[in-house]
Amino acid sequence: MAQTAVADTGTKKSLRELARRHGLSSAGALPSLPNYTRQLWSYRHFIAAYANARVTSALGKTRLGMVWQVLTPLINAAVYYVIFGVILGTRGGIDNFIAYLCTGVFIYGFTQNTVQAGIQAITGNMGLIRALHFPRASLPISVTLVEVRNVLASMVVLIAIVLFDGEPITVEWLLIIPILLLQAMFNAGLALGAARLGAKITDLKQLVPFVMRFWMYGSAVLYPVTRFTDALHGWKLTLVEANPLLVFIELMRHALMEDVPLAGTPTRLWIEAVVWAIVVGVSGYVYFWRGEKGYGRG
Amino acid sequence: MADSEVPTVIADDAHVVYRVYGSNTSASNTPLASFKRIITGKRPSAVREVHAVKGVSFAAYRGEAIGLIGSNGSGKSTLLRAIAGLLPVERGAIYAAGQPSLLGVNAALMNDLSGERNVVLGCLAMGMSPAEVRAQTDDIIKFSGINDRGDFSSLPMRTYSSGMSARLRFSIAAAKKHDVLLIDEALATGDAKFRRRSEQRVRDLRAEAGTVFLVSHSEQSIRDTCERCIWLESGTIRGDGPTEEVLKEYEAFMRK
Repeated sequence: MAQTAVADTGTKKSLRELARRHGLSSAGALPSLPNYTRQLWSYRHFIAAYANARVTSALGKTRLGMVWQVLTPLINAAVYYVIFGVILGTRGGIDNFIAYLCTGVFIYGFTQNTVQAGIQAITGNMGLIRALHFPRASLPISVTLVEVRNVLASMVVLIAIVLFDGEPITVEWLLIIPILLLQAMFNAGLALGAARLGAKITDLKQLVPFVMRFWMYGSAVLYPVTRFTDALHGWKLTLVEANPLLVFIELMRHALMEDVPLAGTPTRLWIEAVVWAIVVGVSGYVYFWRGEKGYGRG
Repeated sequence: MADSEVPTVIADDAHVVYRVYGSNTSASNTPLASFKRIITGKRPSAVREVHAVKGVSFAAYRGEAIGLIGSNGSGKSTLLRAIAGLLPVERGAIYAAGQPSLLGVNAALMNDLSGERNVVLGCLAMGMSPAEVRAQTDDIIKFSGINDRGDFSSLPMRTYSSGMSARLRFSIAAAKKHDVLLIDEALATGDAKFRRRSEQRVRDLRAEAGTVFLVSHSEQSIRDTCERCIWLESGTIRGDGPTEEVLKEYEAFMRK
């Protein structure tokens, strides 16, 4: 039978010594980055199942259920069609302005929704975190997967709109896949970073909508990108044109539509997209991993 | 301490601190009061620290079943979570062999999903492979007994009674084998029939597990399963030793 070990200074050193001798690991030790990645990979089925569960649980109480996945972007596009197409008749010197607009709205929405869900990925799942053991990065990553599902539904609607607007189907449409992959990687990084920040600074949740709106106006979502090239120059223009969301939106417009004015050459845009995806994806992941052991504290 | 005994969990002067947000009283919850706090640089009263475990040290060995007792709010559940690595330790350290698993009845599941999908999700979250999950799902549902009165496993969990969902949670958590098993009041759930079944399951798990920790207010189940007892009061250890001795002191303390 074990002897009573009460808290006094005499036993302190021997306890640590005992743990070391028998190779016990500290419960609060951070796993190495490769180990953590391996753990995360072994939880891939949980991540997928959790993403599915979130969609089902969000739409489960509605009568139409999964139909909303397509209906939401459709209504979204209809609102913009009524305002800009019917009432205002905005063209901004662009053919097929509705297709142009909807591409911007959907691609921007992909990132916006991921960040807004990501910031609550930890704080909204405290019960799960305090009860079960799994790599916490599963949560923001499954949030990203939910939004990937949503953006795929949006793409179906978008393609219908683009075709309806009279754009031809070209080989360039295949570029949709790499664009969405790069953006998903970029978004995952943002969601991971936002999740840790949101867990640490609970006030951040209130600020995110404003940050995202500011970002939207800087990404040429509601007006053509030529507005920027006309009005800005020097460092301001460079700053706006390096905006990752602008890059993704421009690339998608370039892939889906003929004759759209671009902020830069397609090659430059592709390089920027790859760099943004890798930098944000990797640094978000590393930043989240470093906080792994503190998420249960709340 | 005999060297032949293998320790599985060691707590070395462990402190656990919770941070609680949004606990303001109504008087301090006005914009003006918040502004004043920011100006004067006082710690916002909305963030409160709860020092739940204050310097706990012990060593648990393979083959032991240890009961944790203490009055409500004495830090028992918090200590279990810290051992499981779910709550970070503020000071000191907790060492464990392998990955201790917490078997609690408050594992949060998704109330809008059917019981069956919650079983799959819970098992995956415990790190089972999809093949293991498929093999076990039926057993888990059968063990929980939620289908005893009609097909409840395909209904959303929000339609379950509290006893039913507690039974399902316990059944999910008990489906896996563990090195170090931490049980939090699990035996108190469900009706008498389910309690008998779950006590048997805990004994089976104990036979397979290296070490078992049991938090319970039922002195009977502590007496039945544990030979050693740790008595926590306000976050510190007041007694640690053979169950009978510690329980005697504890009872005397509670009668006061």
